[in-house]
Amino acid sequence: MFLLRRPDYWPASGWRDPLEELERMRRQMDLMSTAFFRAPSVESAAGVFPMMNASEDKDNYYVRAELPGMKAEELVISVTGNSVSISGERKLAAEDDKAQYHRREREAGTFNRIVSLPAQIEWEKVEARCADGVLTVTLPKAEAAKPKRIAVKLS
Amino acid sequence: MTDTESKAIQAKGKTEAATPAEQTRPGFVFTPAVDIFETDKEITLLADMPGVKAEDLLVDLHENVLTLDGNVRPPEGPGEVDVFREYRTGRYYRQFTLSEIIDQAEIKAGLQDGVLRLTLPKVKAATPRRITVKGQ
Repeated sequence: MFLLRRPDYWPASGWRDPLEELERMRRQMDLMSTAFFRAPSVESAAGVFPMMNASEDKDNYYVRAELPGMKAEELVISVTGNSVSISGERKLAAEDDKAQYHRREREAGTFNRIVSLPAQIEWEKVEARCADGVLTVTLPKAEAAKPKRIAVKLS
Repeated sequence: MTDTESKAIQAKGKTEAATPAEQTRPGFVFTPAVDIFETDKEITLLADMPGVKAEDLLVDLHENVLTLDGNVRPPEGPGEVDVFREYRTGRYYRQFTLSEIIDQAEIKAGLQDGVLRLTLPKVKAATPRRITVKGQ
């Protein structure tokens, strides 16, 4: 007597329909190729508007958000410890009353978002800038959070 | 729009666009969110294209097909490393077919704070002319 171990996807009752089998394989290939060759458009979305990107270099953290149509003075940015809070309201200008809308995809409303950064920030030197609808907040790292080179003494 | 004032904005990921032709440059292509409205005189289009500079935006109207194509230069400076990333940047691309005849010479386009405002005036309807019929 044989004990035949078969993989889960093996059809229990033989190859029922070769075309169906081909279709199944094609679907699996599609899944694999999407998983391998296409990076997801959003990697770690918190699900809170606005979407944010954060990056760092030696001296600063940079937090960016896309806020089309907003000006820097309409935003409230505050820093506590190692977190930045950005809030505001996006208003869409009222248009002609007689205008007949064909599409309305742009959104208006309030938002409030807090992001935490891995290290302490020097809050006195935080700078925020809005250009072309992209907000960039530059947050200098606290002296204690910067990498230091430690000289190794020879004994 | 008073009815939307207190509403909190829902987070939405960018929608990737399907471009008609294959891309020669690698990168992401997104569909910009638009508002389109029409009055007796003109059609107005507002498109959210954050990160696009005026010199990188191409607006083209050719045989009733309106094309918006905006390129975004990566905002990150050299030597920056990602801490986390929720959105990607890339091109914005979208096409519309216009059913009205547009006065091409009067098209106005303005880009401010990442929002494109495009005004497409309709061609003035031919003014009715009275034709006098002469008798014998």
